[in-house]
Amino acid sequence: MAEKFDLIVVGAGMAGNAAAYTAAKAGLKVLQIERGEYPGSKNVQGAILYADAIEKIIPDFRESAPLERHLIEQRVWVLDDDSYVGSNYRSEEFNREPYNRYTIIRAQFDRWFSEQVTKAGGLVICETTVQQLLMDGQRVVGVRTDRKNGDVFADCVILADGVNSLLAKRAGFHEELKPKDIALAVKEIHFLPQETIEARFNIGEDEGVVIEMAGKVTAGMMGTAFLYTNKESITLGIGCMLSDFKNQKITPYQLLEQMKEHPAIKPLLAGSEMKEYAAHLIPEGGYNAMPPVYGDGWMIAGDAGMFVNGIHREGSNLAMTTGQIAAQTLIDLKTAGKECSAKNLKNYRERLDQSFVMKDLKKYRHMPEVFHKNSQFFTTYPELLNRAAHTMVKVDGIDKKSKEREIRGSFVQARSLFGLLGDAFKLWRAFQAR
Amino acid sequence: MHSVVCIKQVPDSAQIRVHPVTNTIMRQGVPAIINPYDLFALEEALRLKDRFGGTVTVITMGPPMAEVALRKCLSFGADDAILVSDRAFAGADTLATSYALAAAIGKIRENMPVDLIFTGKQTIDGDTAQVGPGIARRLDYQLLTYVSAIREIDHEKREILVERRAEGGVQVLKTKLPCLITMLEGTNEMRYGDMDDMFRAARHPLKQWDRLAAGIEDPNVVGLKGSPTVVGKVFAPKPRSQRAEIIETVDNDPKNLVVTLLAKVFTQHPKLEREIERLAK
Ligand SMILES: Cc1cc2nc3c(=O)[nH]c(=O)nc-3n(C[C@H](O)[C@H](O)[C@H](O)COP(=O)(O)OP(=O)(O)OC[C@H]3O[C@@H](n4cnc5c(N)ncnc54)[C@H](O)[C@@H]3O)c2cc1C
Repeated sequence: MAEKFDLIVVGAGMAGNAAAYTAAKAGLKVLQIERGEYPGSKNVQGAILYADAIEKIIPDFRESAPLERHLIEQRVWVLDDDSYVGSNYRSEEFNREPYNRYTIIRAQFDRWFSEQVTKAGGLVICETTVQQLLMDGQRVVGVRTDRKNGDVFADCVILADGVNSLLAKRAGFHEELKPKDIALAVKEIHFLPQETIEARFNIGEDEGVVIEMAGKVTAGMMGTAFLYTNKESITLGIGCMLSDFKNQKITPYQLLEQMKEHPAIKPLLAGSEMKEYAAHLIPEGGYNAMPPVYGDGWMIAGDAGMFVNGIHREGSNLAMTTGQIAAQTLIDLKTAGKECSAKNLKNYRERLDQSFVMKDLKKYRHMPEVFHKNSQFFTTYPELLNRAAHTMVKVDGIDKKSKEREIRGSFVQARSLFGLLGDAFKLWRAFQAR
Repeated sequence: MHSVVCIKQVPDSAQIRVHPVTNTIMRQGVPAIINPYDLFALEEALRLKDRFGGTVTVITMGPPMAEVALRKCLSFGADDAILVSDRAFAGADTLATSYALAAAIGKIRENMPVDLIFTGKQTIDGDTAQVGPGIARRLDYQLLTYVSAIREIDHEKREILVERRAEGGVQVLKTKLPCLITMLEGTNEMRYGDMDDMFRAARHPLKQWDRLAAGIEDPNVVGLKGSPTVVGKVFAPKPRSQRAEIIETVDNDPKNLVVTLLAKVFTQHPKLEREIERLAK
């Protein structure tokens, strides 16, 4: 006999777990289906956890969640072939509890999160793939899994199946993702003894550092790179738009190998042992590329709905927040005795619009386009910046005024005065947009 | 037919690393899996159930986190699962482990007779292959190790006929029930349970037995106290310095290859050539 639930959540990533936990905690009958061997087994992230989002779901998460290090320092590097210009921000403020950001290992964190779903009364089933949505006319009434007797029914289905949601596509809720709207990221985890990491990054026990990178490492493509410290390992990765990879015919793997050879990065990894390699897509099309996120009997949360802020490297927090809001929308409908029609679920979108999720995504809606159309941000500028720094720092008997003139000259020569002004304006406008 | 399958949750040895400095095994972050050999045992028990009906009970001695492994066994189709878990069991060697499991199976038998006990041929983290035989001895069951197939069970005569892989061939053996079987790998393939099994597994109220519930009065026979084994030293073996060498011949003619190979061997062991010549005469 096929069972009926209040809610079926597809996927046990950040969005799915947030949704399933919130709904189960409120007493709804929840079924969560994950295709991986266990929650987190398939999930790839840097990964930085933003405490705010999880705290709003599980206020005392710090007591039991597997957290690696809390971040006390942020470095931003613009790389040339064998140099970088950068800035560091480190503050004791970040060393005071409650901490604001942590590095995590997704495989462990997701597992913990999923245990909380089970404890809250949700039924979690792994190693089971949802193959399609069951429809009654326009209305989603359940899901079909790849197991025998695998149809299950629910009043509402939350799709939290991650980037490139095949289910939503198959059901016709949105179109094929465009290569210009998705980034492909690769990352590696390198093992290093804890003491080595702490000495190398000038940090104490439990303290962590993030390095965000841009410039020549992406070989002229639109993208960024990162390096995070975990307890006993370092995660580093690089991601660029899929459309750029396609055009440039460079493999992500090559890019990562080159990055590891950079003279500023290589010493940080010296003596480490590679533990894990993974590749994953990130939906970065932003506001303008977002699919519809609700309909009759369904809502979409997390990467599946393109809820990623590529500029600020935020994804997991948007996933959690959208998952939570979706569940909350359903809880409120249930409490009011209302059905899960598209008309009623529109409230999900309205709540999103009121939250930081949509406000941020809307604000940056022009960014992807600006970067797509102006590759100089990833090619010419990193080089110019590094050259400028070099000229200023080097002591060679040339007076500073002449040096300044030389630097100015090199910028104008490379981009022309109009180009420079135009670029500055474009960036400013894209950042300032409301 | 009532079969009891003993399983163990083990760290996935494919993902274990040795700490480069301290040389100790690093278990942190290494995913836990069901000992792969045990899955062949479980599937064989499930197949017997398919053929003759009956009950399959899964049992493990381990920490509370082993619950995941037991639930997985339920999702494959096992009927019941028992977690034998107590702080007193920590640090057990094979002697103490087989003592605890035998005691717990003894308790199971109080409710329903056990015709067959299954274990994998060995675990991938201990590699001793001792626990199965230890249980059989304590419960006074017949013992069949390295079984590759169960041919027949005669319920009237209470006899079982199995194939056992042994050096030089396959033995066909018959013995009396009750019997303990350690199952060889690669003999079957674990089934993919249906959705109902998944629901049942997720909802099944797991039995958790501590030392007393497992019927063990004396705390000195289990765990570290009941374990005479002493680990003297753990070290990573030095990799052999000799490298393999690829020897090429003119054309892939086997005759040429043999000549080249022999020449190679003889230059390294000059006495060997003379010895062979002497023997040939
Ligand atoms: C290299 C990299 C680094 C990143 N770094 C950060 C970072 O530092 N900070 C940050 O906030 N974000 C980061 N992100 C983004 C972040 O990882 C994602 O935004 C977040 O994981 C989205 O969560 P989700 O639940 O929507 O999707 P996912 O975490 O991808 O989860 C989707 C789940 O659904 C399951 N699933 C899919 N299809 C089916 C199906 N048909 N049936 C059953 N189950 C299914 C999958 O197995 C998976 O478990 C990074 C991403 C990448 C790739």
